[in-house]
Amino acid sequence: MMQSITGLYNYWAVIILMMAGLYILIARYNLIKKMIGLGVFQTSIFFLYITLGKVSGGTAPILTDTVPAGQLAAATGATAPEVVYSNPLPHVLILTAIVVGVATSAVALALAIRIYEAYGTIEDDEIRHIDLGDIDS
Amino acid sequence: METFIVGVLLSFLVIIAIGIIVLRDLLAAVILLGVYSLIAAGAFVVMDAVDVAFTEAAVGAGISTILYLGALRFTTDRQKPRGHDSLPALLFVVLTGALLIYGTLDMPHYGSATSPAQTHEQVAVRFLEVSGDEVGPPNIVTSVLASYRGYDTLGETVVVFAAGIAVMSLLGLRRRRPQQDISDDERAES
Repeated sequence: MMQSITGLYNYWAVIILMMAGLYILIARYNLIKKMIGLGVFQTSIFFLYITLGKVSGGTAPILTDTVPAGQLAAATGATAPEVVYSNPLPHVLILTAIVVGVATSAVALALAIRIYEAYGTIEDDEIRHIDLGDIDS
Repeated sequence: METFIVGVLLSFLVIIAIGIIVLRDLLAAVILLGVYSLIAAGAFVVMDAVDVAFTEAAVGAGISTILYLGALRFTTDRQKPRGHDSLPALLFVVLTGALLIYGTLDMPHYGSATSPAQTHEQVAVRFLEVSGDEVGPPNIVTSVLASYRGYDTLGETVVVFAAGIAVMSLLGLRRRRPQQDISDDERAES
């Protein structure tokens, strides 16, 4: 029981972070605040992937020639020098995701600036009211 | 010990996320987002993802914070106060979170060396075994990024290029104009 709590704690914390981001996205009207929520969500996904790639007792996936004495690869598919590496694949995927995430958030922020120029507000509901002509801007 | 450190850092992240929800000042929220990225980068180092850590620290905590600050400069840093928090949204989020947590009960435990992601022969194991001979660099992440998943990285570059074009076409190259500030002040007074 204790073991499964420590083994799954990372996932739970990641889910709490994801839901915090999602809540900001749904319940806040300010467009930039929504972007911040999306950023929280995004980083939590990075955390999920890196968690999946971690091997306990492992080291960063950089090839070494030396063989640490006490650290024999019992479990992962044996590499020639007996060092345990964490999984490099999630790292690669997340490297791509970080850069793409910043690029997309730059576009979103540019849109927010344009919306502010056009409407004088970045509050979601006020923009909708102006669009529908409920209140004169 | 590593697990403990990561757990503590994750708890910090949860506290920061709650702070971001509660704060109304957008400037403070943006700075908190930068702190959030930096603490995440620290945790990535502990979890052996050094490349991800320095990318997150430079791009996530650095560049994206600067982008947010720039956007606040051209818009407003005040979130309009709302009396109440949305109850349906809270219910939806709690329900989704509960379902997701139920879904994690089958997941491989943190650090498990026998999970499918670690043992599939054609992917991670193969990269670890032969990338040193096939590609060359000792850093396996570099090998995978530039060689095995080279098209992925090319696609990433295309996305970044397209995003640059989009920002330029949205904002134009010339900037920016005093009367905006005056109308800002007027709005603040009224």
